Amino acid sequence: MTRWTAGLLMLLALALSPGIALATAIGEPLEFETEAQRQQYETLTRELRCTVCQSETIHESNAELAADMRRRVYQMTRDGMSADAIVDFMVARYGDYVRYRPPLQANTALLWASPFLLFGGGLLVWWQVMRRRARPDDEPQFTDQERAALERLRRGN
Amino acid sequence: MKLKLLIPLVAVTALLGLLLLGLGLNSRDLPSPLVGKPAPAFALEALEDPQTILTEQDFIGEVALVNVWATWCSTCRAEKPLLMELARAGIPIHAFNYRDEREAALRYLAMTESPYRTIAYDPAGDAGIDWGVYATPETYVLDAEGVIRYKRIGPLTRQLLLDEVLPLIERLRAESAGRAS
Repeated sequence: MTRWTAGLLMLLALALSPGIALATAIGEPLEFETEAQRQQYETLTRELRCTVCQSETIHESNAELAADMRRRVYQMTRDGMSADAIVDFMVARYGDYVRYRPPLQANTALLWASPFLLFGGGLLVWWQVMRRRARPDDEPQFTDQERAALERLRRGN
Repeated sequence: MKLKLLIPLVAVTALLGLLLLGLGLNSRDLPSPLVGKPAPAFALEALEDPQTILTEQDFIGEVALVNVWATWCSTCRAEKPLLMELARAGIPIHAFNYRDEREAALRYLAMTESPYRTIAYDPAGDAGIDWGVYATPETYVLDAEGVIRYKRIGPLTRQLLLDEVLPLIERLRAESAGRAS
């Protein structure tokens, strides 16, 4: 009986093994040589964009391309490549777009600076409004004619 | 004072303009970093014959197209008549059969004519990642030295061929002819 179950399990393992070679499913248990490699894999899959689904990382995407990319990241991690080298590998093929966190470089400078620019603009508007409020109302200005009329009224005739 | 009132109007108009511009952009039109680079290396079985191993060298030699296709991709099927026309006009078309089954692909090609000169069988999308494939269909233009000069993500259209691809092929052919003489 136990031999039977063992045989069945073996068969099951055999049936499943090509799947591992083809693609890496979400949350599939993976074996790493060191904890650092696991950490690197986990970090990288959360930092690379699934380029067909666009608003998902390859960690969370069900797309086939994402599975291929996970498998590549896994293989390269197992081969001992550094995180930077793996990101560079993906960027060379899919462009900067593949990085979920855009790097700070010439063509992304505006993107990174925009929050500060907007904050600065808001600060400027606020400062102008406050300054206007603090200033006492100007003395009313009258023309000579009005002044004469006022004078007449004051004298009461 | 009047000028100050205009500021919000101008700001809102600028913002709306920016949004309108964004609507016109296709978020799938991504620049490929591979344009200008040599064709990435690969070693894959030929679709027709598992014994034959194809490499990027089999795609290189003259100005050619490289088309990424699969039988499960209906857009690829729709694109095929256009590829047939190009093949008949004497433009070599190489291909990656991407994430497909060999049987299905062979049956599909047996039903009608095949526009492809060489077909590399890539069931696991291995070469796909090296070539920066997003989704099928995709088409690259290689020059005679095997440098990627153009990439189209999505189907080719007649308009696109007339406007961009065919003039580029003409130019590349003239380039390589100039170099040869």
